Amino acid sequence: MSETGEERNVLGGWLLVLPAALFIFAFTNGPLLATLASSLAAAPIAGHGGGFVGLQNYSDLFDDPSFLTSLLNNLLYALITVPVSVVLALAMALGVNRAFPGRATLRLFFFLPTMLPMIAVGAIWLFFFTPQYGLLDRATSLIGSGDINWLGDPDTALAAMMMVAIWKQAGFFMIFYLAALQNIPPVLHEAAALEGASRAYFFRRVTLPLLGPTTLFVMVTAVINAFCVVDHVIEMTQGGPDNASSLLLYYVYNAGFRDWDINSAAAATIVLVVLLSALAALLFAVFGRRVHYR
Amino acid sequence: MDGDFGETRAMPRDSEAAHRGAEVALIGVSKRWGDMRALDNVSFNIAAGSFTVLLGPSGCGKTTCLRLIAGLETASEGRLRIGGRDVTALPPAERGVAMVFQSYALFPHLTVAENILFGLKARRVAAAERARRLKAAAELLGIDELLSRRPAALSGGQQQRVALGRAIVAEAPVCLMDEPLSNLDAKLRAEMRAEIVSLQRRLGITMIYVTHDQTEAMSMADRVILLNRGRIEQDARPDELYVRPRTMFVAGFVGTPPMNLLPLVRQGGTMVVRGTSGPAIATAGARGLVAGIRPEAMELAETGLPLTLERGEYLGADTVLHCRCGEEALPVMLRPAGRVDLVPGAALHAAFPPSAVALFDAESGERAD
Ligand SMILES: Nc1ncnc2c1ncn2[C@@H]1O[C@H](COP(=O)(O)OP(=O)(O)O)[C@@H](O)[C@H]1O
Ligand SMILES: [Mg+2]
Repeated sequence: MSETGEERNVLGGWLLVLPAALFIFAFTNGPLLATLASSLAAAPIAGHGGGFVGLQNYSDLFDDPSFLTSLLNNLLYALITVPVSVVLALAMALGVNRAFPGRATLRLFFFLPTMLPMIAVGAIWLFFFTPQYGLLDRATSLIGSGDINWLGDPDTALAAMMMVAIWKQAGFFMIFYLAALQNIPPVLHEAAALEGASRAYFFRRVTLPLLGPTTLFVMVTAVINAFCVVDHVIEMTQGGPDNASSLLLYYVYNAGFRDWDINSAAAATIVLVVLLSALAALLFAVFGRRVHYR
Repeated sequence: MDGDFGETRAMPRDSEAAHRGAEVALIGVSKRWGDMRALDNVSFNIAAGSFTVLLGPSGCGKTTCLRLIAGLETASEGRLRIGGRDVTALPPAERGVAMVFQSYALFPHLTVAENILFGLKARRVAAAERARRLKAAAELLGIDELLSRRPAALSGGQQQRVALGRAIVAEAPVCLMDEPLSNLDAKLRAEMRAEIVSLQRRLGITMIYVTHDQTEAMSMADRVILLNRGRIEQDARPDELYVRPRTMFVAGFVGTPPMNLLPLVRQGGTMVVRGTSGPAIATAGARGLVAGIRPEAMELAETGLPLTLERGEYLGADTVLHCRCGEEALPVMLRPAGRVDLVPGAALHAAFPPSAVALFDAESGERAD
């Protein structure tokens, strides 16, 4: 091939990528840059002021106790929902990965919450959480107490949000684990059984490592969910009581659409994006190297 | 040739033999899945330290038989004994068997060394002992340089060696192999055959080896157990299997090309091949008979069994002639040495000594002479 031919190839390549690149810039990178710019500016008040204000919005943000509460809440929320969902998903997948009567039905039950919209899930759990009459209080009344205001008590509101999130997403993650488990050839199990490996030993030395890529994927997804899904907060507690169940994105939502403080919302969004990227990078750094891809 | 070489070879000669084999016995073992009888009342007794091949066409129950011995399946009926111990109800790990799987069953995320040591770690064998066994196995198999690699970075032949290594370090008295060479190319397969046999001799273990390839069986085994539809057709030394097939099925399965099987009809006091008027093959009896004659026992001659040549297949050392015989155009194969140039359609005659003819009962397929 001549040089001009190669150059034409490069040009052709760029032309092919162009439509997609334009869309990605227009709908992903563009808005992100716009948000970044907005977070460094202030809106004019009564016709004057405004323009570039540097990091002013960020320092205001970190002076706002309700932002700090949302941030801490969200970190705790992630710290609990991510590992619990992942472990639960794995346990459910292991449970329904063997042959027994009713296996298909059980799989469906585990997966059902995933198929419901979050708003419907919220409605169901509003009933579960109803003091005295709800499912949870009925259940706990059998062993004492039985009168907890799950959503109204600052001590339990965030935990209630976590329960909803875990209930909703664990079944989804289970599907990925199930698919990965079925990709492990049964002959590995047989070979290990012949060599005297106990089930626990096989699980630790073979199953878990081979599930590594799935675990990494599921963890990243769970982290993203922890910071990006707040439908249930909006529906069930509106972040209350006293910000006890407020999460970062809910703070952004309020700043932007209740208080119409676009610049502050933009700054909080950037904090959210940076935090999320850092967490994802951390996960890849910690687990990525040890994960074995086939 | 007719000596007891099978038995004498079965004893480990090498003084280095690390561990001795154990006897394996099946007593009336059956395996059913629903109505499907994968194994039907199978009994045999395999001598300690011998090399036995389970041979048969696909689906005849070879794998099932091996998995029953390993304990990966439970028998529907019958009992299994290994080293004199009844193991029918024992889990796989307690039977004293190692197994090489057709797919090798290597752990993709572990290195070669970790793969080989997997079982020893599971059994909490001391580190020094593990290292000793790994070193010995790696030397024996020539895989020293591969120990830190992952299975994905190995060729098929190397993976095969690692799988062998895993079986060796277990130092189990019985080693089971299920078509271990079927994923290798022809040249490598021939090398590995010899290597596996020499390995078995050196270690003195009892080897039970499954294959559908009769050449593999004949070249490796002290003894061949030929299965057909879950039953034993013949249980004999390879030379016996070849020289004295017990049934028509065995005759048609063993040998490349296999024995010619020609139905006979009565003609006066003698029997001739159906659709011909001679020569006489056997004296007439009451039963319907089938004559079995090895292609390599037939010679081209001026007189004899009349044939029409269909095509010749030149193989180098010899030529396989595909012919038709008599009015019924029965297929007959000959295997004269060297190159034979004949045009298709040529009329030929095949001669053979009477001793080369095996007679089978046409009804039961059993030997009738
Ligand atoms: N788990 C099983 N369930 C039902 N049928 C089986 C199972 N395993 C093997 N079979 C049947 O048993 C017969 C013997 O199988 P197998 O031992 O694998 O044959 P081979 O190894 O000689 O090819 C086959 O007809 C096969 O379909
Ligand atoms: Mg098989």
